[in-house]
Amino acid sequence: MENRLRVLRAERSWSQQDLAEKLEVSRQSVNAIETGKYDPSLPLAFRIAELFGLAIEEIFVSPARHSSRAI
Amino acid sequence: MVARTQAWKRYNIRVIWLSLVYAVFLIFAVYGFKHQLVPHPLAYLVAILPALPIIGIFGALGRYLVEEQDEYVRMLMTRQVLWASAFTLSIATTWGFLDNFGLVGRVDGYWIIVLWYFGLGLGGIYNKLTLGAAGC
Repeated sequence: MENRLRVLRAERSWSQQDLAEKLEVSRQSVNAIETGKYDPSLPLAFRIAELFGLAIEEIFVSPARHSSRAI
Repeated sequence: MVARTQAWKRYNIRVIWLSLVYAVFLIFAVYGFKHQLVPHPLAYLVAILPALPIIGIFGALGRYLVEEQDEYVRMLMTRQVLWASAFTLSIATTWGFLDNFGLVGRVDGYWIIVLWYFGLGLGGIYNKLTLGAAGC
């Protein structure tokens, strides 16, 4: 799933490891989410959103919206 | 390869202990049968003793999947387990038919576990190729 995680992380000068520690997941998890290879569960998506003080849809792009925009 | 989580460390400790128990049970069973020390009523029990810790390792793997808090790492391992199971069942089924038609010889059943662990490795390679991380 497309997302703004890398941008949001970079704005705070956090490394993937920093973000992983804050979320209590592995660095590989952060990398997989950032690159769109893995879609987080709803609880993890909420944790990410709460960490950045944003709504989930401000971080993750809805696949339906993404595909309609592509059309 | 991904970061070693606490759940993974606990899994490894359990597997090490179970492997030690397996070695002891195997030596005990082989020695007992070789020297005809096992009375017939106990033969079945002694014969399956080495299988019990192996079954325990499957249980440890299941417990690991329950205890793993990192959902991405858990997903990687789940994919590996599915790969291992599909690989093993496919080989066993194919071999069964070849054996049925007299084209290959009988193979000891415990090779299944060796195949399964090999399949776990194949699952790791598949994870690496498709997701960039092998798993545990």
